[in-house]
Amino acid sequence: MKTTLFSFSALALLGILIIGGGVAMSDSEREPGHEDDDRWEHLQRRSTGVALTTSPLYQEECGSCHMTYPAGLLPVASWRRIMANLDDHFGDNAELDAQTAMQISDYLADNAADTSKYRRSKQMMSAISQSPDQAPMRITENAYFKREHDEISARVIKQSGAASLSHCNACHQRAEQGSFNEHEIWIKGIGRYDD
Amino acid sequence: MRRMIAVLSSIMIISNIALAAGPGSAGNAEAGHQFWTKQYTQNSEIRSCASCHTANPRQSGKHVRTGKSINPLSPAVNTLSLTDPKKIEKWFRRNCKWTLGRECTADEKSDVLAFLKSF
Repeated sequence: MKTTLFSFSALALLGILIIGGGVAMSDSEREPGHEDDDRWEHLQRRSTGVALTTSPLYQEECGSCHMTYPAGLLPVASWRRIMANLDDHFGDNAELDAQTAMQISDYLADNAADTSKYRRSKQMMSAISQSPDQAPMRITENAYFKREHDEISARVIKQSGAASLSHCNACHQRAEQGSFNEHEIWIKGIGRYDD
Repeated sequence: MRRMIAVLSSIMIISNIALAAGPGSAGNAEAGHQFWTKQYTQNSEIRSCASCHTANPRQSGKHVRTGKSINPLSPAVNTLSLTDPKKIEKWFRRNCKWTLGRECTADEKSDVLAFLKSF
């Protein structure tokens, strides 16, 4: 009896090893390598979002008070105006020393929506009817943004815990990574939200 | 001898004045505590340090406008707090202007720092 039990266990173990190996093998066939993962992520963001924020200085200086808005959500002219008025930053004082402000301003201008190939940036730009120089300073005032959020009631905003629509990542869980994929929307008290 | 004492004490007085004026001075924790919760009206809003940081610096705060969480300022619970003089000055400049409508004086700053370090 003991021998039978032993051989059964041995067989079972062998089985697990074979199946496990099989799974591992098929995984490696199906799943692309790490670099391909990045590529997939990049392609997905390009078609559903804006470019990833790549400035640690911008993240540190601006992200300590609010979500780090990806540069591709506003045109150059809007970023330049925002960065030139940090002493009255939408009612707050967000002053920086001149050198830091210039570095961040240049980063935002270099990565602004104007020349971006990412889908959401292009749509934000196409909705700016006047010249980009007169573009609104608030992302939430862009016509494309408003159209995309017109069904969001004040009740839903309140439920999400956000103070306003400016709080992108209250619902777009990966907004800070530049991803505004509809399938990543999750709202507190509501859960997944299908547009 | 008397002359030496006089010279020594005047050196001490001068250095005390220098300390009190500089950002490195000891500060008065009790005065800093009162300053922390003192309310000012700016743009018809009542504001104080505690508006965002809460009355207890050991607690996490919350930015009143954006809702973003703010790490506790008390070094007793946040070892990274108050370690970078450049950062300290930057936040004093911004937040004093928002709260008081002007920059804080050297005394106000050293009192607040003493309060935060003692809490």
